[in-house]
Amino acid sequence: MKMAFPRAIVYLTLSFAFNTVDASTVQRSRSLQIKGSDTMVNLGQAWAEAFNKKFPNANVAVTGGGSGTGIAALVNGTCDIAESSRAVVEKEAKQAAAQGFVFHEDIVALDGIVVVVHPSNPIRALTMDQLRELFLGNITTWKTFGGPDWPVVLLSREVNSGTHIFFKEHVLRRGKSKGPEEFAPGALMMPSSYAIAEEVALNENAVGYYGLGYISRRQKVVAVAKDDRSPAVEPNLTTVRSNAYPISRPLYLYTRGTPQGPVKEFIDFAFSPQGQQIVRDTEFVPIR
Amino acid sequence: MRLSPRRIKEFIIERLIFASGIASILFVALIFVFLLREGIAVLRTTGLLSFLGGKFWYPISDPARLGILPLILGSLVVTLGAILIAVPLGISAAFYIAEIAPIRLRNILKSFVEILAAIPSVVLGFLGIKILVPFLKNFLGLPTGLTALAGSIMLAFMAMPTIISISEDAINAVPREYKEGALALGATHWQTLHRVVLHGALPGIIAAVMLGIGRVFGETMAVMMVTGNAAVIPHGLLQPVRTLTATIAAEMGEAAKGSPHYSALFAIGIVLFVISFLINLTADLFLNKSRGRTR
Repeated sequence: MKMAFPRAIVYLTLSFAFNTVDASTVQRSRSLQIKGSDTMVNLGQAWAEAFNKKFPNANVAVTGGGSGTGIAALVNGTCDIAESSRAVVEKEAKQAAAQGFVFHEDIVALDGIVVVVHPSNPIRALTMDQLRELFLGNITTWKTFGGPDWPVVLLSREVNSGTHIFFKEHVLRRGKSKGPEEFAPGALMMPSSYAIAEEVALNENAVGYYGLGYISRRQKVVAVAKDDRSPAVEPNLTTVRSNAYPISRPLYLYTRGTPQGPVKEFIDFAFSPQGQQIVRDTEFVPIR
Repeated sequence: MRLSPRRIKEFIIERLIFASGIASILFVALIFVFLLREGIAVLRTTGLLSFLGGKFWYPISDPARLGILPLILGSLVVTLGAILIAVPLGISAAFYIAEIAPIRLRNILKSFVEILAAIPSVVLGFLGIKILVPFLKNFLGLPTGLTALAGSIMLAFMAMPTIISISEDAINAVPREYKEGALALGATHWQTLHRVVLHGALPGIIAAVMLGIGRVFGETMAVMMVTGNAAVIPHGLLQPVRTLTATIAAEMGEAAKGSPHYSALFAIGIVLFVISFLINLTADLFLNKSRGRTR
């Protein structure tokens, strides 16, 4: 008799615990896992926050790790949507086929990186090769490009920034992800786009780069030409969308086959006016 | 019953106080063990010599180059500059407050020193970007104002409250009789101050300076905002530098757990820990000496 009472409590507690576990699995089955590009992780999180607010039942979780990590997770079935700042490669498509599905691809936004100088700097346009030489540290005065004899001060983002990596791979390494090229050791590593904008606005020697969203009148945007023979293109929503501006890339969402259910709801949300406004707010170029 | 409620209460409180006292030792030990566990791998991937003496910091290259010599020197240059500014100013201010200022002004000054200590470093950094950096660039004709000097000036502001308050305590702790004796012997006020009071307070003042150095060395946010963070070996105060603390703060978020970069950042933590420990130890030695002399 003395033992029965506590045992009853234990059973009771256990059954309660069991109930709560049950409830949480129900919820978990409705949750969405999104994984991938570090560049897009803020965008994904902003979407998720708004989506969770709109659909209180939904439970969207967003993590980074890199585009490749996200695509691998999608293949392995550990996430529902992969965020990627590059298209899937053939190897990944084969892995997907082995799992019995084809990638469904959506371009939800574009990423345009602008190069900015001080408004008093007469430089109007640079080619990709000139930008490369500049940020490799091979050019020490603006005179080289026909400007005044001012020393060049290079501004870069910190290594934790996706923009830093994209600019390095796209401009310094001419589109290759691996290579010996690095930003000049003397390049200043700024903790934020704000810090770059501020220094460029106040320093006539400075040159920096950041997302389209940071353009203001206090800095001058440099037009960029693909090579010597191509015309220099000003970055704006139109030229980034038409791919005429050379330092831009599409941002993808991948799913296992045609999206259905909550996955489809989320992707529709990303394309909705509200979702595209979030794209703009997180400094990317909306696609619609 | 042998154990009265009073005794039990006494016992529990004693133990709790003992645990609180021991806790700080335990925390320091645990932090060090943790840093060591995460950071020791750098010895395997990079090696001690090329870690401490390497001239290039390219943590996300393939292979990563993890030399922290520019970062160590960057931290030292910024600290040295801050001390050159804060020590003369701070000690002079302490003398003024403790020995010369009239009582009412003294109280006003002391509360302003406390307010200076309370300004968050990110706010100072913000003012640095907006005001100090453009000013330095134009005034000194530099390519950029984001320099070690900008960091030093910001940090001097942060070290001053520490230096002033502790120096002032040390000056007040010099026995009155010394000063009265000097004045009675016909010494002027200035002679008394720098021959007698300064001598008496010197160990305490040195301790104040060391604690100020510790404060400066470990500061992160303001430094990261105004020094430019370029990992080059500095040749002076007028060029950009990258400090140890700014490197950890800027890169920790992105380093993949278990990667050489990750362990290198923890190893930088060890380097910071060891240097701060040495600074505090020196300060302690001088503080004890000052107490021994004046009491």
